[in-house]
Amino acid sequence: MKPDPINALPSHLALRTEGVQKSYGVGQSRTVALKGADFEAHLGEVTMIVGPSGCGKTTLLSIIAGTLTAEQGRINVLGFPLHEMKHPKLTRFRANHVGFIFQQFNLIPTISVIENVSVPLIINGAKTKVAEARAAEWLAKVGLAGRERERPMNLSGGQQQRVAIARALIHNPPLIICDEPTSALDRVTGQQVMEVIRNVARDPERCVIVVSHDPRIYHYADRMAEMDDGRIFRVLENPAAIAAAHANN
Amino acid sequence: MLRLALRMLFGDRAKYAMLISGITFATFLMANSPALLCGLMSWTYSTIRAVRAPIWVADPKVEQVNDTKPLRDTDTNRVRTVDGVAWAVPLYQGLTQARLLNGSFQVMTLIGIDPDTFIGAPSKITEGNLQDLRLPNTVIIDDFGVERLSAVLGRKIGVGDVFEINDHEARIVGICSAPRSFTGGPYVFTTYDRATTDYTPPQRRLLSFVLAAPEPGQDPAVIARRISAETGLHAYTESDFSWSTIWWFVANTGIPINVGMLVVIGFLVGTVVSGQTFYSFVLENTRNLGALKAMGTSNLRICGMLLIQSMTVGFIGFGLGMGLAALNGYIAIKTGKLPSLMVWQIPAGVLAAVLFICSLAAFLGILRIARVDPASVFR
Repeated sequence: MKPDPINALPSHLALRTEGVQKSYGVGQSRTVALKGADFEAHLGEVTMIVGPSGCGKTTLLSIIAGTLTAEQGRINVLGFPLHEMKHPKLTRFRANHVGFIFQQFNLIPTISVIENVSVPLIINGAKTKVAEARAAEWLAKVGLAGRERERPMNLSGGQQQRVAIARALIHNPPLIICDEPTSALDRVTGQQVMEVIRNVARDPERCVIVVSHDPRIYHYADRMAEMDDGRIFRVLENPAAIAAAHANN
Repeated sequence: MLRLALRMLFGDRAKYAMLISGITFATFLMANSPALLCGLMSWTYSTIRAVRAPIWVADPKVEQVNDTKPLRDTDTNRVRTVDGVAWAVPLYQGLTQARLLNGSFQVMTLIGIDPDTFIGAPSKITEGNLQDLRLPNTVIIDDFGVERLSAVLGRKIGVGDVFEINDHEARIVGICSAPRSFTGGPYVFTTYDRATTDYTPPQRRLLSFVLAAPEPGQDPAVIARRISAETGLHAYTESDFSWSTIWWFVANTGIPINVGMLVVIGFLVGTVVSGQTFYSFVLENTRNLGALKAMGTSNLRICGMLLIQSMTVGFIGFGLGMGLAALNGYIAIKTGKLPSLMVWQIPAGVLAAVLFICSLAAFLGILRIARVDPASVFR
């Protein structure tokens, strides 16, 4: 699946959203989650989206990932106009271009660690043997060599998140989506996980988006978009600015 | 993805065991009951299977082989004179009580066959000699009779042993294999004259059936119709009389209804247990399947995963259930206590029912998962 050159972004950008709006429910129970979100993320960087609970962070993340469709606005991710794509194309886009790291890991408990890591390759049509061979390599990279045949429930939280990171990267996606990757972990383990994520983001062909309300990991961001009430009201563009803005956290 | 689906299924051992158990139990119930019914129905026409003749001629009111309305002795000759009939012989059938040497009684089905041709004699004599039936006061008893009488007398009986029927001596000159009788008692074969003269209390008419055969090249059904038309009696082919007997029991007893209820219960149990268990399996895996959706698995692939899971459970459960039913049938036949007959239509029908149950279970799961929003894994 290749992007149409007509939708190409500037070379430093991984994605851009313009005027994105999304609401849930109807009538009196209607809630507007996004009220015109304009957002950009750069290749080779960790971009964090932060804000209070209910501000629309996860909704924006879901739209960028292609798991949710916006009601209005334009969403261009890696040259793909997601706002124009129908469900089957969005599904294929996610399979080929996105890696996910979830808050609760979302590892399948009834299969082994190596089988969990192989899933994205199998979704993309790889044979099981080939996928598991690659999965074994990635598990070694995240420091879990020798644990391939164990079930996820036998691993610690930090180890499970590292398995999730390996799963997110095995098919070499250019976009990594991380939803609260450290909220289920202690401080030390969270720092270790973020070190891995930051190293991943250094790839100039890759972009990492992290949604978090954990101030302990803000210093890992290269760029930070602050959200409130469905809009991005401030973007901090370097670690120093981020550190200064959140000095009290 | 299909291999992954099976790994997810087998990995949840408790759920997997429950799913298999539900289908196995349902299969067993759905297969065992009809096998019991078919076995029972096969017992109803066991006399036809024991005696074997192409055409059976009976009183016009007779609908099944266990019901005898005596014919006139001249009816045998009347059947012989019908064009196309190769031969016709008399047959006696009736229930009798045998008195054993220790004074106890045993109900038996007495068959009196033509002594000149021995038409109607058992096809498999395992001990003794059929020709010895021409000797005075002689009988051939089936192996079930040997078992029964041996149990009553406390010793193995065989050729040479003696008991009484209607105060007349009955000496065993042979043992045969015969199908089990619906009446529950053994078969005892003797000559027609002995059966109607010595072993049965005197009555005006004693001829039960006339057995006949068509001339070579003639259709038994055509000859049977001709016999009926010319004699006013009712002539059946062997197959027609067997089915007529079965349908009589279906229409006039509650056996099929009771067994049919067991089959329906088995089907409902299988549907409810398997459907509910599989649905709860899907519910427990909703988040995992939602994550797969988020990672780019299409709805069609997820449907395929659920279908392969339910069908795998279905086929394994079907195999185990049919195995249990076959084992149960084998034990029933070996012990001789219960009837069992597994015709091919039973496994075919049960398989169709199991596939329906599994498809329904998968469909319910698919409906649930199709509505899962991939973005829900972010919440």
